[in-house]
Amino acid sequence: MRARVLVKPKAGILDPQGQAVQRALPALGFTGVTDVHVGRMIELDVQDPARLPEICERLLTNPLIEDYEIVSADPPAPTTASA
Amino acid sequence: MKFGVIRFPGSCDEVDAQLACQRVGEAEILWHADRDLRGVDAVVVPGGFSYGDYLRAGAIARFAPVMVEVAEFARAGGLVLGICNGFQVLCEAGLLPGALLDNANLRFVFRQVSLVVVSSDSPFTRACEPDRPLSIPVKHMTGCYYAPPELLRGLQERDQVLLRYAPGHNPNGSLRDIAGVCNAARNVFGLMPHPEHAVDPLTGSIDGLAIFQSIRAAVADRLAV
Amino acid sequence: MPTVSPSDQRHRQLGLTDGEYALIVQQLGRHPRDTELAMLSLMWSEHCAYKHSRTTLRRLPTEGPAVLMGPGENAGVVDVGDGLGVAFKVESHNHPSAVEPFQGAATGVGGILRDIFAVGARPIAVLDSLRFGEPTSERSRYLLEQAVAGIAHYGNSVGVPTVGGEIYFEAAYEQNCLVNAMCLGLAPIGRLIRSAAAGPGNVLVLLGALTGRDGIGGASVLASAELGEGDAAKRPSVQIGDPFAEKKLLECSLELLESELLISLQDLGAAGLTSAASEMASGGGVGLDIDCDRVPLRELGLAPFEIMVSESQERMLCVVAPDRVAEVVAACERWETRATPIGEVTDSGRMRVRHAAELVADLPVSILVDDCPVYDLAPTEPVGVSLYPAPPATLAPDASAAETLLALLGSANLASRRLVYEQYDPIVQSRTVRRPDEADAAVLALPTGEALAVAIDGNGRRVACDPRAGAAEAVYECAANLTCVGATPLGLTNCLNFGNPEKPHVAWQLTEAVEGIAQACRALGVPVVGGNVSLYNEAPTDAIYPTPVIGMVGRLPDPARAGRLRFARAGDAIALVGPFAPTRAGSEVAKLSGHELAGPLPIMQTAAVRDAQDTVRTMVNAGALHNAHDIAEGGIGVALAECCVAGGIGARVALPAGLDPFAEALGQGFLVSGPDVALTGLAIIGRVGGDALELEGVLTVAVAELAAARDGGLARFL
Repeated sequence: MRARVLVKPKAGILDPQGQAVQRALPALGFTGVTDVHVGRMIELDVQDPARLPEICERLLTNPLIEDYEIVSADPPAPTTASA
Repeated sequence: MKFGVIRFPGSCDEVDAQLACQRVGEAEILWHADRDLRGVDAVVVPGGFSYGDYLRAGAIARFAPVMVEVAEFARAGGLVLGICNGFQVLCEAGLLPGALLDNANLRFVFRQVSLVVVSSDSPFTRACEPDRPLSIPVKHMTGCYYAPPELLRGLQERDQVLLRYAPGHNPNGSLRDIAGVCNAARNVFGLMPHPEHAVDPLTGSIDGLAIFQSIRAAVADRLAV
Repeated sequence: MPTVSPSDQRHRQLGLTDGEYALIVQQLGRHPRDTELAMLSLMWSEHCAYKHSRTTLRRLPTEGPAVLMGPGENAGVVDVGDGLGVAFKVESHNHPSAVEPFQGAATGVGGILRDIFAVGARPIAVLDSLRFGEPTSERSRYLLEQAVAGIAHYGNSVGVPTVGGEIYFEAAYEQNCLVNAMCLGLAPIGRLIRSAAAGPGNVLVLLGALTGRDGIGGASVLASAELGEGDAAKRPSVQIGDPFAEKKLLECSLELLESELLISLQDLGAAGLTSAASEMASGGGVGLDIDCDRVPLRELGLAPFEIMVSESQERMLCVVAPDRVAEVVAACERWETRATPIGEVTDSGRMRVRHAAELVADLPVSILVDDCPVYDLAPTEPVGVSLYPAPPATLAPDASAAETLLALLGSANLASRRLVYEQYDPIVQSRTVRRPDEADAAVLALPTGEALAVAIDGNGRRVACDPRAGAAEAVYECAANLTCVGATPLGLTNCLNFGNPEKPHVAWQLTEAVEGIAQACRALGVPVVGGNVSLYNEAPTDAIYPTPVIGMVGRLPDPARAGRLRFARAGDAIALVGPFAPTRAGSEVAKLSGHELAGPLPIMQTAAVRDAQDTVRTMVNAGALHNAHDIAEGGIGVALAECCVAGGIGARVALPAGLDPFAEALGQGFLVSGPDVALTGLAIIGRVGGDALELEGVLTVAVAELAAARDGGLARFL
């Protein structure tokens, strides 16, 4: 079973990467974009999705500074649209 | 007394730390995969990139076999010093409060900084002269200290912030200029600056020696009891 | 006799000429198979075969009393006493950095580190030499930022200090940035190892990372033939560096050498397994059988030619006696590093490659390594043509001397590099005695109680003005940097970055520059122990300045006395040492004034410069001086300003009559300061003190203003 874990900085935590992207956008002509946050995506094939929260809390994230979201744990694994 | 310096596969400053420890005592390298502290009197978790730091700095290292022993050693009151990556590892392991984020400017920073000794009431800073700032280098990518507000308040109330960057010297955006914190029991200390790189007048300042001298004195007191 | 089939011109796409292909067919008596063609095209490339530069490079002196290993090994090595050798080399990673600057620069560092530990030395320092277009260009800023971050990422993570370097910004590098990295390593002489394979029956073991489709580059035309449309994912990719893997590979390799488990060791760089295996076989006069099926792959389905030419990073190849293989594997496991037997040494003199039980390549080692034709250059001095457009003037013609000095200090080429070097760790390993900005050369303490000094230099604009004199100046400038910390040169390494050598004027630049380096090396008694050539650095619209980069290593007796560049004490006398007769040709002030590039550069007064070096070096080593700084770009005005800014103290100087404060002659003049008694017999030109730099009758500028100009120069762009 394939799961995707999205990890992002907790609300209110300094997110210099997000700020850098947010600052860069207007220079490229993309106005009207606010509140950019940069996190990471972790894709895993797991046998027991029930253990995912524990995996997230013990290793994949640092709960003090990061939130996570398990966005997809559906079989069969969805494939990305190929270019 | 004998220091043990942990070596992870990606450690970079373990030999530097060993050399610094040897200025005040004996020091040997402890291998990350061994669950054995070999009877050392104090443990140093050194700088570097432990396991490549790929997930988060220190995130994988905290699960190293040797860290089980380090946690046990700390719970029993043993002195543990985490420098730079070692600080990150100890925070990830829950042995120290707070977390370290990427530097505010997202760049690696090397700089000789001035540090204020906030509290010399610890086994790690007792040899520091009050009111005398320490000149010690920093070199890191992930050194911005963070703790949520209530935790931060607690740290200050319990005098756990041992070192701050002097005004104008905060190199990474750390909250309240925090450069180093200890745990509530005051036997585990982590700092981003590198005291092991400030022990020889040939290669820089010697202000870092005070940290190692403090540990030696604290261990000597304990052994004397 | 088979002939070149007109329908099959893949060899051209692989960079082989029809003549070269015909030669291959003639030597083999048949057409090469795909895998063989891929291997040959890379081994016969300029990068591996030096086919356009080999003849010219023979002019360089390579012998000296301290040389332990010279050109031809992974790195040169010089003796530094007490049974220790210092290995060093500079190498380019220009093209990969232009494509993907972060990974290009990172893997450039990774590659040069492997060259050093491949000879058994522990890397102890990295320096880098970078060239970009003007920082007013967005692309140049991007390349700078990413290349610096890449170097930092790799060098900092493997625990090797980045102790020095240089950066120049010139429009001529807009299309072709240069990223040259130099590494130094330290080894007990007994641990030094050569790459020559030996002992038929011995086992070829591949160490380190998995093999993928990284950097297959030119050979991709073979892939195109096999891949269908829409197979973009299978196309070759840029090399990605993994410093963590390198760190483990480094520690593991040194441990294997320390345990005397290896017969020979070689890193995998350009042309991957093909080049590494060919060099090992050729060096030892043996053959090698390689089984592609045993090479651990990162993805399934690599064709044998891909396996043989992949430039996947963090891999080494070694030869091990059959009864020691198990020990090697066990030692590698401890460092989480893969060790896989992939073949064996034979006495066949042939490189035989098997894949799926089929023999996919069977070539004499000699055809891979020795038979590539060497081409004579056809140098012609360009007369009456200007090769490079004049830079735009940024300094007003009526600028005052003070304004000129501030403009120079704030110019991209002379401004403070703090924003760059603060991204590098210069102190790990605890031997850095002089950090960036503290002295003209980096100084590293040796376990012998002595110290090493190292500097890297190469001003392409001056070489463009006058190739022979400009290249010689780069050698003298490096030597001057070493002199200022008190070091005597032991050897040098060079990286020759030039345009297309098949063009007569580039051939002329190359031959003249090499002649200039050779003459300077002979005059100073410094041998060339290794280096690298990077040709064809040109885009349709522009060729780079001819840019020989010189890295020089020296030795000094007492690290505690290593010279510093900052003025230290009010009241100290300042002396000018050396036959310093500068002109504005090729100078920074000429660039800011919009002058066209033109020589000649000042004539090097060899004997007098050597005397000046000896004088300064002796005084530094005696501990008699408070500062020593060589006069380089920006002339004596900028050199004085640098000493003032570094020390946070002013100076009052009366320049010798007629001396233009901004004219340049690199490596020929020195500024030293100290108590009067120490400077007896020297030409005293002024005194340290106050809070301004005053050149009597010329200018007075506050040190704070000088510092602000110098600090702000790059900050404007980053």
